[in-house]
Amino acid sequence: MENPWIYLGLFLVVGTIIPIAAIVMSAILAPRKPNPIKMSTYECGMETVGDSWVQFKAQYYVFALAFLIFDVETVFLFPWALSLNVMPLFVAVEGIIFILILLAGLYYIWQKGMLDWV
Amino acid sequence: MTAEQIIFFLTAALILISALMVVTTRNLVHAALWLIATLFGAAVLFATLEASFLAVVQIVVYIGAISILFIFAVMLTRRNLLDKVSQTNAGWPWAAGIAIAAFAGLVFLAGQMHNAGAQKGEVFGDPLMALSTALVSPDAYVLAFEVASIMLLAALVGAVYIANRK
Amino acid sequence: MEFLTDPIKVVYDWLLELFLGWGWADWVAVLVIYLLGIVLFISAVMVLDILLVWVERKVVARFQDRLGPNRVGPFGLFQPFPDIIKLILKEDIIPEGADRVVFNLAPILSLASVIFLWAVVPLASRIYGVDLNVALLYIVAAGAIGTLSIIMAGWASNNKYALLGAYRMVANMISYEIPMVVALLIPTVIVGSMSFVAITEAQSDYWFVLVSPLGALIFLIAAIAELGRSPFDLNEGESEIVSGYHIEYSGMKFGLFYAGELLHAFTFGGFVAALFFGGWHGPWAQEYPLLGAFYFVVKAMIGYWVIMWVKYTVPRIRIDHMLAFNWKFLTPLAFILLMVTALTHRVLLDAPTWLYISGMFLSNVLLAWITVEVLRAQARRKRESVPPVMVGD
Repeated sequence: MENPWIYLGLFLVVGTIIPIAAIVMSAILAPRKPNPIKMSTYECGMETVGDSWVQFKAQYYVFALAFLIFDVETVFLFPWALSLNVMPLFVAVEGIIFILILLAGLYYIWQKGMLDWV
Repeated sequence: MTAEQIIFFLTAALILISALMVVTTRNLVHAALWLIATLFGAAVLFATLEASFLAVVQIVVYIGAISILFIFAVMLTRRNLLDKVSQTNAGWPWAAGIAIAAFAGLVFLAGQMHNAGAQKGEVFGDPLMALSTALVSPDAYVLAFEVASIMLLAALVGAVYIANRK
Repeated sequence: MEFLTDPIKVVYDWLLELFLGWGWADWVAVLVIYLLGIVLFISAVMVLDILLVWVERKVVARFQDRLGPNRVGPFGLFQPFPDIIKLILKEDIIPEGADRVVFNLAPILSLASVIFLWAVVPLASRIYGVDLNVALLYIVAAGAIGTLSIIMAGWASNNKYALLGAYRMVANMISYEIPMVVALLIPTVIVGSMSFVAITEAQSDYWFVLVSPLGALIFLIAAIAELGRSPFDLNEGESEIVSGYHIEYSGMKFGLFYAGELLHAFTFGGFVAALFFGGWHGPWAQEYPLLGAFYFVVKAMIGYWVIMWVKYTVPRIRIDHMLAFNWKFLTPLAFILLMVTALTHRVLLDAPTWLYISGMFLSNVLLAWITVEVLRAQARRKRESVPPVMVGD
């Protein structure tokens, strides 16, 4: 097919509709009897204490940041990996230099203690 | 109206509406989710232009990493996620006037151009292989490739510096 | 006979003739055929999902030395159907203060992100959804949507524990995505193409597990962590934060999360089979695609069984150990493996096949041995830094 994304677009649409159909079926068939105790949020059977916002650990943000950098790096590595079979040997070395620079970065943040879960 | 045009108009509508909702909604996490819808629309545009690599990279990097970073940042810094103040400030008539004038100017300029309509560039051979060989060949973009890694390293070091000061 | 050698094409041509004979326009006929194929495919995947519920419960029962469901139908085969009926009929409770739209969207996206994966999986040499030339990155993208659905679920539930579970789960999933993507890069390097169909076809002479066993292992570990299954399932540890991000979900929405998780595990079993263990290759699979599909499903079942085996044998790992394992061990190892594989592959590119396989295999074994030695030296240093305790002191 000229553009594989046409099929994929249809697949995405149908793939989203099927779970929606399941939920709609449940919404039609299931009983609906709300009462205040059922609607309260679950806290192991006790009354909820305080509002439902927790102190967000800064460590999650650091992990997300490190993940972002390495994700962009792997995205760069995909075209490099494709070209290995058709280009001469120094291309492999170029990619190795790329990876080594970022491994140095990983080592740096490791030593700085950014990867420890305090 | 060909199928391509229909898809383009639908996608453009999705992007515009989502972008509008990003800036007008009061709930910050909702704004992040509308941003995700906008980025998804951009990925669909890439796919219609048959730039498959860019479409998936858009989803992997933007939606999979940057949006999650946004959501984490929003949850990290705001105790109260609802923006109670008014969404506009006092100077909005002036801003609206300037924006309309700029838009009218752009439409006029675009009408002057002779080849309106995005055209797919001519690529010889498989575009994905052309991209990959161009990225690493010495007379194309290999310097940019290596400098990109140094830029990522700089970003990492900067992140460590900022996080240490917190 | 031709149906056996190329089933999809035969059915496609027949339907196209039929529709054109009815006077439909060309693009309408193609669109309807695509839709029919997609609906059929996704229905088959969902039926497989239902079967997996039974498989999971029987296998966990056997691992725990009990019988599992055996009342409904022979060997309890029809057990999933009463399960589904029960889930549909259960009341759908939305807690107060929950964000309704996001709350409802999250389970839909979670199951949908797994269904999307099946569009690019090659079931046989001529049976696949679409031959996307960036299929491996597409798989990562679908995983990213799944990650998003988790944080949506956790946030929309208006529940401390759900939010906490969602943060941990997302931190886990994004951390393990890096070694998974790097392990996906290894078949890309070997074949020179990101297309799933091309990678599976390139394994006709030898399976990639022979060429890169360490890569297969890293992919398996990272995949198990991505799935959020034990031993990496602290985020939904039933004894600790009570099901994590899907506490507040009841009825069919919970069913969608559960079914999505099982299907995701099976899909990754399929990926391990297709990327490293030859996919649909087997005796006579090249001429008879249906046989190839059968081989693929068998290999995917074996991969799924290995994932279940790990789940029901190994205890849970703590969150800080999980993340330390990823960032301090698996990620550097994956990158070093990628460098070694790329260099060895390029150097041995024109060598005869036996030299290539043995060269790559030996480089993997060497790397594994060096890793074990480094770990051993580290453990020894740590042991010696702690002064020995004298009994009776």
